Amino acid sequence: MEKLILRRVDRNSEEMILNFGPQHPSTHGVINFIVETDGEVMKKAVPDVGYLHRSLEKIGETVTYPGYMPYTDRIDYVAAMFANEGYAIAVERLLKLEVPARAQWLRAISCELCRIASHLISIGTMTMDIGAFTPMLHGVRERETINDLIEALCGARLTYNYHRIGGVAYDLPEGWRDRTLAFLDHFDKFLGEFDRLISFNEIYVKRLANVAVIGGAQAIDYGLVGPNLRGSGVDWDLRRDMPYGAYPSFEFAIPVGRGFVGTSGDSFDRYYVRVLEMAESSKIVRQALETIPEGEILAKVPRNLKPEAGEALSRVESARGEMAYYVVSDGTNKPYRVRARTGSFTAMGIIEDVSPGLMVADLVALIASLDVVAPEIDR
Amino acid sequence: MTANAPKPYAPRRSPKTVVLLTLAVGLGLPSALFAAILFLSPLTKPEMLGAALGLLGADFASWSPAGQHLAYGAAIALLAFVLLNFGAIVSGMTVWWEMRVSSRMQSRVGYNRVGAGGFFQWVADAVKLLFKEDLVPADADSLLFRASPYFVLTGFALMFVVLPFGESLIAVDLDVGIYYLVSVTALVVVGILLAGWSSNSKWALFGGMRAAAQVVAYEIPAGLSIMVPVLMAGTLSMQGIIREQGAWPWEWFVFTNPFALVAFVIFFISQLAEGNRTPFDLPEAESELVAGYLSEYSSFRFALYFLVEFGNLWVMSAVAVTLFFGGWQVPFVDAEAFAAARGAGPLPGAGWWGLQALSMAVFVLKTLAVLNLIVWIRWTLPRIRVDQMMTLCWKYLVPFAFASFVATLLWQILVARVPHVELVTGLVLTGAFLLVAALFLRRTLANVAAAGDRVDLTNW
Repeated sequence: MEKLILRRVDRNSEEMILNFGPQHPSTHGVINFIVETDGEVMKKAVPDVGYLHRSLEKIGETVTYPGYMPYTDRIDYVAAMFANEGYAIAVERLLKLEVPARAQWLRAISCELCRIASHLISIGTMTMDIGAFTPMLHGVRERETINDLIEALCGARLTYNYHRIGGVAYDLPEGWRDRTLAFLDHFDKFLGEFDRLISFNEIYVKRLANVAVIGGAQAIDYGLVGPNLRGSGVDWDLRRDMPYGAYPSFEFAIPVGRGFVGTSGDSFDRYYVRVLEMAESSKIVRQALETIPEGEILAKVPRNLKPEAGEALSRVESARGEMAYYVVSDGTNKPYRVRARTGSFTAMGIIEDVSPGLMVADLVALIASLDVVAPEIDR
Repeated sequence: MTANAPKPYAPRRSPKTVVLLTLAVGLGLPSALFAAILFLSPLTKPEMLGAALGLLGADFASWSPAGQHLAYGAAIALLAFVLLNFGAIVSGMTVWWEMRVSSRMQSRVGYNRVGAGGFFQWVADAVKLLFKEDLVPADADSLLFRASPYFVLTGFALMFVVLPFGESLIAVDLDVGIYYLVSVTALVVVGILLAGWSSNSKWALFGGMRAAAQVVAYEIPAGLSIMVPVLMAGTLSMQGIIREQGAWPWEWFVFTNPFALVAFVIFFISQLAEGNRTPFDLPEAESELVAGYLSEYSSFRFALYFLVEFGNLWVMSAVAVTLFFGGWQVPFVDAEAFAAARGAGPLPGAGWWGLQALSMAVFVLKTLAVLNLIVWIRWTLPRIRVDQMMTLCWKYLVPFAFASFVATLLWQILVARVPHVELVTGLVLTGAFLLVAALFLRRTLANVAAAGDRVDLTNW
């Protein structure tokens, strides 16, 4: 990349180097792309990350185990519940702690609601990047209700800090179950409306079908995870294939991209897999609310946590794919090392390889379809 | 802890005085402008100006030729002033209407702060822009950068010369009216291209090039489809084209000739493209090009671009109504009725003014209907890609425009032989249109029901 920045540009050539970001309406945060263009066609787009680096992993070494929980919210503030959950599970493994069943269920409920909220932002911004403003606001409208529900549950709308090492912070408030079910009834209808409004709109399909195709093998090579991987036709979901928490008790399908309107692995598949996943998440929340057991919501955890020296790894299926936490303990009350593995960072890597030959407008579609979120890239 | 459901949204109620003031201005301002156009456009014509001044007590006939010419000039300047103001104010009101419609479509509250229903927001925005720093980027081509908004504004203002408002309500009914209109529209793209080039910004350059490519390409299908009503009317004059159509839908060009219907669709798409409206808003695609050719503009120059962009909606709609939807033709009132009401005196009678006002109302209502359609489209569709925009133009619109042009030639021969064919097609196509509209409405209601929603028009 240094070469690219320092390369002398031939003044007589048709090529132009374009700094796509860091302040740009469709980079979803502060990301920079150095784009070599020939007119509207790109020769290459090189992502330049690091504008939102906040040393979150280093901070983990300076605060206590429970004290790090609010920081995990900031790793992915669009889907903070998964960042909470991943860290909590990693520390629980260090402590060899059993989490009460009710807490497991509450985690699943909160996470799946959060997945819907995150996917609504993802598909909403995607439609906006393609130029349709209305679907995005419809998505944000539905997300608002989810924010209200989660606010009623844990008091926060964005950075939840809801999960705890050993369980969750609060039990379901009174009347919450009925409100959530009413919302889900409405939401299932909303998905149909959303499809009619935009998903199968001719222009929208033409913009996304067969654009930026990522094959299954290529997706695995680059370490794509979550909906991006499934969009490429790879049937892999941690919730089913390496189950954790309450997920073995639920029945749900794993939507896989199979070329809904074009080739498997194109931008539309990555988009539509998310739409289908929201319906599945809605099913999971219904089942969880149906079968939630009574009991404690927090295991007995000592005030001053001092896990034995050792290491633990947790993997959860976040809205942006597999999120892994690697926590090393040296026996003190602060972690020796906290490492978060996030989906957006690996997704950025593939852009350089997929971009040659795309139009500038397709780059926007590609970034949006990979659902990269700047804080998750840089941490 | 209970999970209280959030309070449902209650519309903000404005005080009664604000509502009354808003209504007074919102209805009074357009009415005043329309009245000014209604009275000024016939009275500033040379044949009536003398009589009109006579009413004021001046003996026009005894003036020197220089004085008479000066009077004509002053009258024309007055009309031009009114028309330019009309363009600016209609542009502002369109912004308000568009924002209100879009907020309803998007479940937002929308404008509701300045005046009742936020009606004066456009005034506030314009005033705010006037007070902003007028920034010219250091490396920009200062002269061109400053000049380009005026190209755009000039192109826009010149369109009003041939824009009809009613039977005799037009600044100048040029013989080459529609041809003139197409020519001056091209001035707008010169301004946009200059803006893109002179800003010395890569985004602006992208936007400017896209705009140039788009407008130049789409002028071809637009020009060809305009030729269809011209062929049917046998004249390029705007009023002449309207006079050849009737008042009832089955007498409009769009329905009397099936190829004119095709031409209308092509014309409408091309106009969207030339006006940079969704799905052809590529030159200022905010998710790709930040703000396209407008990226570096601020303050009043920016306001001028916006004035033209939204004012253009009126022009687009008015031209579509003129060419295809029977313009100002009022049912049961034909050319003889207008002539009879006019009387033989130097100044027309009161009945004639009434008929003029009626024709103006018909024209304005039709124009607003088309304008509303453009607004709906903007907030529904995504944007197409630049290569798709070119494909659509050259591979589909241009051939179909040529085909409908040639077919209309043959059609006119057929009509000359069998005059009744026009009435039959008119009735059939009008019926078909009503059927499609009914099916569309039914489908919409079904979709609304499927989304678990209901039609609610109370919350304005």
